[in-house]
Amino acid sequence: MSAPKAEAALAAAQELPDLPKDVDGPVFAAPWQAQAFAMALTLHKSGLFTWPEWAAMLGTEIKRAQAAGDPDRGDTYYRHWLATLERMVAEKGVTSTETLHRTRDAWDRAADRTPHGRPIVLTDADFSD
Amino acid sequence: MAGHDHDHHHEHGSELSETELRVRALETVLTEKGYVDPAALDAIVEAYQTRIGPRNGAAVVARAWVDPAFRQALLDDATKAIGTLGHVSAVGDHLVAVANTLERHNVIVCTLCSCYPWEMLGLPPVWYKAAPYRSRVVKDPRGVLADFGLRLPETTEIRVWDSTAETRFLVLPMRPEGTDGWSEAELAELVTRDSMIGTGLPASPSAK
Repeated sequence: MSAPKAEAALAAAQELPDLPKDVDGPVFAAPWQAQAFAMALTLHKSGLFTWPEWAAMLGTEIKRAQAAGDPDRGDTYYRHWLATLERMVAEKGVTSTETLHRTRDAWDRAADRTPHGRPIVLTDADFSD
Repeated sequence: MAGHDHDHHHEHGSELSETELRVRALETVLTEKGYVDPAALDAIVEAYQTRIGPRNGAAVVARAWVDPAFRQALLDDATKAIGTLGHVSAVGDHLVAVANTLERHNVIVCTLCSCYPWEMLGLPPVWYKAAPYRSRVVKDPRGVLADFGLRLPETTEIRVWDSTAETRFLVLPMRPEGTDGWSEAELAELVTRDSMIGTGLPASPSAK
């Protein structure tokens, strides 16, 4: 990792004390978690939000999930992270929840029509019902 | 988008979990709006390639190197054999281990989706997801391996395994020479991701 990215990741890990990590930095249980982490890192770097702002929204998300019966914060941390990412981009006016839903559904259709073993590529047609 | 993670099982299509769909949707929208660059995201993720997933594969390979009975069990039924290692988490059904020998070298391919056994291997390398790799490795495996700096004797047959919805593969590389008496943990450190995909060999013991 180039030095600026490593520093950005280190800063994030310091600002977010509950981030799953070991002595060398963040650890991820699955590839999608690293993708979600990378998106937040990039949006933070672009100035969309500060880490304290992120931590506050993530905290709200975790409390909400716990109130709804989330049993274990440890292995669900990145689910809350993903929910925070979705909420943050909507609240900052980057996109809308509706657009995210539509795009999620389009990816679902794209996966459905793609034979196994081929790359899944999104097309305009996937956006129509 | 209540976040529970369930797998879609389709008869013919590909599978993306609910979580993967949401992550892809975000990346698509943020890319369209110019907030993120997919190549830059890949670079960040790739920087963590050794820190994603339980990376059980190295431990499994090292065990197979020191324990002939486990090796045989692994080649007979990898899912079952790995299940007997208490500390290794579930690897999914129908994992097949293919052993490299002097006569035959194995390479696995699969473009994307859930058939890549990342629980075993860690993150797939970026090149592995690229269409050119997949099509070329089937047509010209020796040339692709040479690109990775892996030159095999002409007498070694190269077998390419194409992952399917039902079957995922793990290459069991040959134990490096000069490792007699090494512990399983020491051996596991030599097992690279690429050696379990078949595009590389385990690290050299002298380099350790």
